[in-house]
Amino acid sequence: MTSIDRSLAASGPTRADIRARQAAKPPRRRLSWGDPFTRGLIYQAGLAILLALGIHALYSNVSENLQRQNIATGFSFLEQLARFNIGESPIPYSASDTYGRALLVGVLNTLRVAAVAIVFATVLGVAAGVARASRNVVISTLAGTYVELARNVPIILHVLLWSSIIRNLPPPRQAHDLLGIGFISNRGLTVPLPGFGTSGGTIMIALGVAVLSAFAAARLARRYGERTGRYVEPIVPALAVLVALPLLTWLVTGAQFTPDIPQRRGFGFTGGLTLSPEFFALAIGLTIYTGAFIAEIVRGGIQAVPKGQVEAARALGLHPFSIMTRIVLPQALRVIVPPLSSQFLSLTKNSSLGVIIGYPELVNIGNTVMNQTGQAMEMVTIMMLIYFTLSLITSLLMNFYNSRVALKGR
Amino acid sequence: MRFAFGFAGAIAALLCTAILPAEAGQGDTLKAIRERGEVLCGAHPGRYGFAAPDDKGRWSGFEVDLCRALGAAIFGSGEKVRFVALSSQQRFPAIQAGEVDVLARNTTATLTRDTALGLNFSPPVFYTGLGFMVRKDAGVKTVEDLNGATICMAPGSTTEQAVARLFTQHGLKYTPIVIENNKELASAYVAGRCDALAKDRDALPGVRMYDAPQPEEHVILEGTFSKEPLALAVRHGDDQWYDIVKWVMYGLMEAEENKVSQANVDEMTKSKDPYVQDLLGVTGDYGPKLGLDKKWLYWVVKSVGNYGDIYERHFGDKTKLPLPRGHNKLWTEGGLLYGLPVK
Repeated sequence: MTSIDRSLAASGPTRADIRARQAAKPPRRRLSWGDPFTRGLIYQAGLAILLALGIHALYSNVSENLQRQNIATGFSFLEQLARFNIGESPIPYSASDTYGRALLVGVLNTLRVAAVAIVFATVLGVAAGVARASRNVVISTLAGTYVELARNVPIILHVLLWSSIIRNLPPPRQAHDLLGIGFISNRGLTVPLPGFGTSGGTIMIALGVAVLSAFAAARLARRYGERTGRYVEPIVPALAVLVALPLLTWLVTGAQFTPDIPQRRGFGFTGGLTLSPEFFALAIGLTIYTGAFIAEIVRGGIQAVPKGQVEAARALGLHPFSIMTRIVLPQALRVIVPPLSSQFLSLTKNSSLGVIIGYPELVNIGNTVMNQTGQAMEMVTIMMLIYFTLSLITSLLMNFYNSRVALKGR
Repeated sequence: MRFAFGFAGAIAALLCTAILPAEAGQGDTLKAIRERGEVLCGAHPGRYGFAAPDDKGRWSGFEVDLCRALGAAIFGSGEKVRFVALSSQQRFPAIQAGEVDVLARNTTATLTRDTALGLNFSPPVFYTGLGFMVRKDAGVKTVEDLNGATICMAPGSTTEQAVARLFTQHGLKYTPIVIENNKELASAYVAGRCDALAKDRDALPGVRMYDAPQPEEHVILEGTFSKEPLALAVRHGDDQWYDIVKWVMYGLMEAEENKVSQANVDEMTKSKDPYVQDLLGVTGDYGPKLGLDKKWLYWVVKSVGNYGDIYERHFGDKTKLPLPRGHNKLWTEGGLLYGLPVK
């Protein structure tokens, strides 16, 4: 019985009653104000007309005003050359690319920081949530302190705080050395890139195949366990495939290894991969802030699992870790996943704070485009649509996941 | 944390564009200003010498005085102006929506802004261009030395494009860091996040003086690397108001050229020079042609002085941050300021 069923049962007639009543007295539809169906129809039609009129008034007013003032409209500016540079981009971009591509860089940068922050915030949040639900006072107090500190400070301050901490790291010339191959400085984290010569592409394909095979291997392992009763941890064959296949490909293609090790040069470093301070500040700020909210959601989920379940597991002699991973968390997930989705959505949208510290995400680049072209209306619409789409995709994925962990009606 | 709301402000301004019927018909702006009793002036939220509220909360600065000149031309008093602080994102939607009557906010006049943004520009009132500030110990002498540098700049200004062009011309590489808030931008540079700070050259001394803990550790590179003629902007559609803004600016230049200053304006009304008499409205009907009082320019000079007076007040030798006048001298002294005749 779901909670809705229960509340229905408590508040009077059951579904069966209602159905019986409807069957006994077929509704007679009359064109009268007294008829609830007709009335509802009129209300809805009225609302729809008002809405349409409102939208029409807004739209015609806007286009009329813009036309009267000779302000350019339309989206053709997206094909114009941007003529400005962007600090970091996952795809090749230069000042002679179009506004459209500049915006794409912004979207990718938003996705990049959001994806990293979502992963780490989830890990941090689950750890802190489990810790807070712990019976060990020290651990739960520590987790509680983190949660209260992090979630009671506006996220903008988190981001600014980390930004100024990172900015005050030593300059490139006095950078902290990481074993001679990487550097930490106020220009960010510079790490070596592994290079595989001409075989790089082939290895990437092998890695892709390996990921798919890993899932298949894990599944086979589970089937095997179900059939024979001899369970193998599915992670073991999965990892084996994941490591073996790319390694084998590398050996077959001639075992080339040409790492790109960064060097101090000029104003900063050459070679390797540099993750910018802005990226870090934003990712850390988002992680710590959202992690605190996730921790509370996880704690709520854990506490929603009936105590008897834990006690029964303990009586069976299960290890506390197994109790958590096999008994508590799978049931808690049903409570955790829906609010978790909203946290992921907020995090993605909060990444727009990159604009204040200079991380070139969507809003930052959108602002520049808006200013250069003056087409504020179009740019705001584009940005809204992009965030809307990102949120919808996240929701869809999370709903899919939710339907998998949700209690199956049998 | 005002800047955190900059984006929200831009959207709000945008909604105003969408909803308010813009009041930009012929003569409407002046009428609205008269009814309101003050000119609404879009100003920079804080740029040394150009515009900033002082310690008593009174707005002061070079661009602020240009707006006060407009107030004086209409009402005879430079106090009849209300200033609206606008971020670089907010400024264009704000003027388009009629939230302000005039924009005097470090705005470079460009073709796109003049056309696609629906604006009209006054004659340039301040000639400046791209400049760079670097740490002295970096040993940077020329733009070529900046190859590979990380450069901090503000978004939405013409600076981003100017830097991109300059570095392309020289075949150099750089990494831009674009930060909207001016304080945050300056602190990023001061903390060493960037090797150079790119801004209008005349804004750099202020940053060095007020934002750097050790001003002597920073140098401003020799040279100006782009054309940034700053001008006032009004909406398309009201030629009378555009004329007023344009001619008050020319009037300031003409007053200086004809040696009419805030100090001597009352004596000058007795001048024998017929042109000066026309300027100050002793004779002639130039004010009414603009829809203003006959003595419009007298009140302007009386309230804020001529162009030179305003420049001296905010960038002169007695200020904390003197700026040589350079291109902003009158044409008669080798500069670019050329007031059209008030005839």
